[in-house]
Amino acid sequence: MKFLVCISKVPDTTSKIDFTDNNSKFNEAGVQFIVNPYDEWYALVRALELKESLGGSVTTITVGPATDEPIIRKALAIGADNAVRINAEPGDAYFTAHQIAEYAKANAFDVVLTGKETINYNGSQIGGMVAELMGTPYISLATKMDLNGNTATLEKEMVGGVEIVEVNTPFVLSAAKGMAEQRIPNMRGIMAARTKPLEVIEPVPCDDLTSFVSFELPPEKSEVKLVDADNIGELVNLLHNEAKVI
Amino acid sequence: MSVLVYIDTLGGTVTKNSLGAVSYGAQIGSTTVVTNGRVDASELEQLKNYGAEKVLVNRSVEGADASQLTKLIVAAAEQVGADTIIFTNDLTGKAVAPRVSANLKAGLVSGAIALPEADGSIKTNVFSGKAFGIMKVHSPKRVISLTPNATEIKEISAAGSVEEFSPEVGTPGVTVKEVKKQEGDVLLTEAELVVSAGRGLKGPENWGIVEDLAKTLGAATACSRPVSDIGWRPHHEHVGQTGIAIRPNLYIAAGISGAIQHLAGVNGSKVIVVINTDPEAPFFKAADYGVVGDAFDVLPKLNEEIKKLQAQS
Repeated sequence: MKFLVCISKVPDTTSKIDFTDNNSKFNEAGVQFIVNPYDEWYALVRALELKESLGGSVTTITVGPATDEPIIRKALAIGADNAVRINAEPGDAYFTAHQIAEYAKANAFDVVLTGKETINYNGSQIGGMVAELMGTPYISLATKMDLNGNTATLEKEMVGGVEIVEVNTPFVLSAAKGMAEQRIPNMRGIMAARTKPLEVIEPVPCDDLTSFVSFELPPEKSEVKLVDADNIGELVNLLHNEAKVI
Repeated sequence: MSVLVYIDTLGGTVTKNSLGAVSYGAQIGSTTVVTNGRVDASELEQLKNYGAEKVLVNRSVEGADASQLTKLIVAAAEQVGADTIIFTNDLTGKAVAPRVSANLKAGLVSGAIALPEADGSIKTNVFSGKAFGIMKVHSPKRVISLTPNATEIKEISAAGSVEEFSPEVGTPGVTVKEVKKQEGDVLLTEAELVVSAGRGLKGPENWGIVEDLAKTLGAATACSRPVSDIGWRPHHEHVGQTGIAIRPNLYIAAGISGAIQHLAGVNGSKVIVVINTDPEAPFFKAADYGVVGDAFDVLPKLNEEIKKLQAQS
């Protein structure tokens, strides 16, 4: 079974969010970058678990410049066999998905996994676009996956519950909480990652369909209004007459 | 502008979020709605009050296979010559909108929180609610997935004629083996009012006070990550970065400290009330109203006071 895991570089969860160049670019000064947690904890680790029990290989793919290589090495340290970097600034989701789909089609992967979304742009777009461009089924927000031959059984969230579905390879999925648990790379993994193959491929031509023209920070939250625990009637009064939400 | 809005009626009902998407579309241009599932014509009737000129309904396509839904929606977009296709940014929207976008080479704006400006730019949620991004689409067609409860639902009257719609959509590639429905009355993603609690409640046996208050308010219940991780509450109640993100009008949080990951799931709420024994809890910084006090004391009092208010009106 050949697994392809999409890995994205994102600012650490606790980073200060700030913008430069007239609010058109994310301010990277002093920011630590990590593997997008959903790509790492859920997509990559589940692919590794299935490879370990069923055999096969796990390849990671990242669309990004050479500065993304430290996070790619982290994914290799966790256990991926090899990595591919498409040497381009990741434009919009369509550009990125197009690069991944072209590579996945050319190399006949059985399962393509992404995290449910990236924690910076929160688009949840890549998986669905890759599936459409490859012409395969797409399981969005999968929380469990098992494989039996070429048939996968997955659990996915649905409105008001969960759904258990079956699908044949090849297919694409986005992984959500429940799929796997975080793995901390050990020293052997970190050492091995240094020499694992990291192939750099030039992008195929593709135009962006969208772009961010600027960013804004939300208005400062005004000071919390504290109400005494012995005067809850006042809280209800504020919610009813001032906030008008009840 | 010709607009197509997809709404999910698989449960047989038209939800408030769907009405929001139709009303959003009608404020952009002449709007056709496409939907699938076993839904009564009488249920679809109400869409004419929110700006639907026409409703195309397909009763045979199930929702599990995003590629079949994509074919249905692309066929509808071709039939009406739509240049803007709108989804709700919910589970179905996240599965299908990217496919429709790639199929039509139509730029996707996900998580829109406002109507397009005159120059076509659209405001979206980014960085888990910690910033807004202004997005532009460069392709002739565009797909917008709308954040639930982010824009005002306007009543706009239109013809709203309902037609059957059965284009060729192929066979499903995904088979549904089993469906497990959640218990409870109010769906968290649809709820205007939410009562949530965390580890401060000390054990699952103490959730009665949360459920009582939710019942009085007609609210949904939610919880923090540790509480669902240790199994006090079901996973679908977990709000936060790894759980679900919600934007109710009122979010009441009791015994939750307010870690950044929890805030990422609730910072779109219009009004936040925080109840915590620790005056230094970080959640107070994100709150509109706060009570420094014990949830075991405050929640029952709040329930009584709300009942008093309800009795007056």
